Amino acid sequence: MNVLLDNLSLFREGFIGTLKLTGASALVAIVLGVIVAGFRVSPVPPLRIFGTLWVTLLRNTPLTLLFLVAFFVVPKVLFPDLDSFLLAVAACGFYTSAFVAEAVRSGINTVPLGQAEAARSIGMTFTQTMRLIVLPQATRTVVPPLSSIFIALTKNTAIAGAFNNVDLFNVSKTLSNDGYDITMIFIWITLAYLIVTYAINGLFRLLEHRLEVAR
Amino acid sequence: MSASVLFDAPGPKARVRNVIYTVVGFAALLGGIAWVILRLNEKGEFDPALWDIFNYAGIRQNILDALLATLKVFALAGVFSLVFAVFLCVARLSDHKPVRWVAVAFIDLFRSIPLLITIFALWVGILGSLTPFWALVVGLTIYNGCVQAEVLRAGINAVPKGQKEAAYAIGLRKSQVMTLVLFPQAIRSMLPTIISQLVVTLKDTSLGFMILYPELLHSARLIANNTPVNGVYPFVQTVAVFGAIYIGLCLILSWIATWIEKRGRRAKTGIKVASAKEPAASEVAQASGTTVLTVPDPRGETIVDTTPDSSS
Amino acid sequence: MKLRKSAATAAVVAALALTATACGGKEGSAGDKPKGPDTSGTKALSYEVKKDAKVDSPVFEAAKKRGKLVIGAKADQPYLGFEDQSTKERSGFDIEIAKMVAADLGFSAKQIEWKTVDSGARETAVSKGDVDLMIGTYTINDERKKQVDFVGPYFHAGASLLVRKDEKDIKGAETVRDKKVCSIVGSTPLQNIKKPKYGAKVTELSKYSECVAQLLNNQIDAVTTDDAILMGYAAQNEGKLKVVGKPFSDEPYGVGLKKGDAALQKAVAEAITAHTDNGDYKKAFEATLGKSGSEYKAPPAFTDPK
Repeated sequence: MNVLLDNLSLFREGFIGTLKLTGASALVAIVLGVIVAGFRVSPVPPLRIFGTLWVTLLRNTPLTLLFLVAFFVVPKVLFPDLDSFLLAVAACGFYTSAFVAEAVRSGINTVPLGQAEAARSIGMTFTQTMRLIVLPQATRTVVPPLSSIFIALTKNTAIAGAFNNVDLFNVSKTLSNDGYDITMIFIWITLAYLIVTYAINGLFRLLEHRLEVAR
Repeated sequence: MSASVLFDAPGPKARVRNVIYTVVGFAALLGGIAWVILRLNEKGEFDPALWDIFNYAGIRQNILDALLATLKVFALAGVFSLVFAVFLCVARLSDHKPVRWVAVAFIDLFRSIPLLITIFALWVGILGSLTPFWALVVGLTIYNGCVQAEVLRAGINAVPKGQKEAAYAIGLRKSQVMTLVLFPQAIRSMLPTIISQLVVTLKDTSLGFMILYPELLHSARLIANNTPVNGVYPFVQTVAVFGAIYIGLCLILSWIATWIEKRGRRAKTGIKVASAKEPAASEVAQASGTTVLTVPDPRGETIVDTTPDSSS
Repeated sequence: MKLRKSAATAAVVAALALTATACGGKEGSAGDKPKGPDTSGTKALSYEVKKDAKVDSPVFEAAKKRGKLVIGAKADQPYLGFEDQSTKERSGFDIEIAKMVAADLGFSAKQIEWKTVDSGARETAVSKGDVDLMIGTYTINDERKKQVDFVGPYFHAGASLLVRKDEKDIKGAETVRDKKVCSIVGSTPLQNIKKPKYGAKVTELSKYSECVAQLLNNQIDAVTTDDAILMGYAAQNEGKLKVVGKPFSDEPYGVGLKKGDAALQKAVAEAITAHTDNGDYKKAFEATLGKSGSEYKAPPAFTDPK
């Protein structure tokens, strides 16, 4: 029997599940990450403290522990009626946002000093300096690390498969329970992950290229 | 702490505004924390009986055993992955094309497969029979070895070209150039990044829960599931305790990285110690050769924080 | 700016304090004593260890050599296979069966090395030889028979539903349409209840106890798996949970062992039969499952091993 052909719809479901989880978490991570990076360099102390706390806590906790928090603590204490997809996206997205924030911050560090000084001298405020001058220029250096962060995110979504989410890893477990040969299952699953990670890699290469030309 | 270049020294108006922001910000921050605490209290999570479980010798012994099991895997995987990384890095920089190709393919492949799947596949016996312990160690070694190999390569590429040329000029063989000149400098400049990746290795030992290795998280789940107090499962409590342990362990490692980075900066070898940020970013910074913005961290120093890769 | 450092220091200090004091602390079992699984009955049980046990099997020989029999068991199922996390003591019906089998193979209770094996990992653990015997709510079915051999059944369970005490709508498998029902990834009752006939929305987690925690949190409406397991949880959370409906499947439990070891298979079968005949089985049942409300049924006749 052929694992792939027999269970094509299951594989497709898992593949789409992984893509959905990755896409949604990446969006959450980018938005939160940029905001938190902004917090960390902002003139207002509580925001800086908040940013530092956010990054330190999330970067030093295993993702699996965050999943336990998302699935057993958050619903019990704060919000009882959240869908498990949302919880998984929150766990992956928050975790990854800490890494994005750090990448953005080091990207900000590579923008030539004169740029910010010039922006200030023509009277721009902090938000304007960041939005119009620093962040657009930081993008170029932030893109390569972001690509590896998102590839890591893709792989991390596998943990969601153990927490009521249909993704590639979850499919591999279901199929091995059905008694299929484990080696073949893993070969197909690996191939599927390779497709996703190479797609991300290619996408970011393209982005890098375009940004380089634009300069 | 010097003022950041990103904003002007605040004038009287801005100072008032900043004070207002500060007050409002702190209030919001404290308010948020207070809300969570209130909710926890409302749900009875601060019931002393629930926290009392950690006062039992048996539970403590349990946590200690799990901690040791985690550290054992981490120690072995950490050492092996570094050794493996050196090996892969040498292969990656080899003069022979086939060797280089194999190394590139290997690194690319294992960096793209989720570690969870690598470990699971090793355990169910793709490579013959491995105990959960060795499956975890080998899985972590392969994955982190690949990542560390790339870090080392970035480090070697960052060593000034003249070093290598000079070494060849005085008649050293390639192996000597590598071991005597390039690697020591690369490792030195990349140490903070290497240690940051070790933090990732430490966190990734938690994936052992999938293959029944009794590490910290496995034990956390059993304690939360098996010790109900008055019909309440102590998830909040175990997460708090085990989260603190993990964060503590990782922070110790991060501090070591910061310390090394500072020491490295003191030494005047002319080779930049990566400020433990993304290797890619630092390469660009060096390449562009312009004065760059340095935004002081709130603490007034740069923090070490790079993780070239961030599996769980 | 000091905050980050001091907060981190506090965390480290807390962690160190916790581990440093690991030797001290209260003795005994943590958690719910009155409602936790009542293990008083099993303390009195003991089985005579056979001195001259001989089985012509490589697994047995290896176990004899290392002086330990490795048995895979569940750790989170009260009254079936449960491990107290503060005393590391195991209790439950499966544990007693394991002790009986071990005794007849010449291993005392102390010579058993327990390994916690979750449902999804059982076939792998047995066929790889991580465990010598797997005794943990292990349903005999054809798919599994391809990978492992079974002895049994020594007990018949049936899939049922666990709900909150105040649940009114769910009365059995026919009434779960559009309700959130939880079980573990890939388990058989879950596959059944997903079918259009029942039409439940399923939640898949990796442990039953995690399903129970979510049930108590009102995140899901019911947990489905074998009634014997569910009754244990209902007893553990007395007054909060109940088991409803008639069993809607038959789950014959067996002892799992490595494929093709006929001699060991025979020895295990003989051990269970012997202890059934001398009344140990019934005593063990009453001290464990009987406490959680299961009715004693005479053990089923063994099916043909092949």
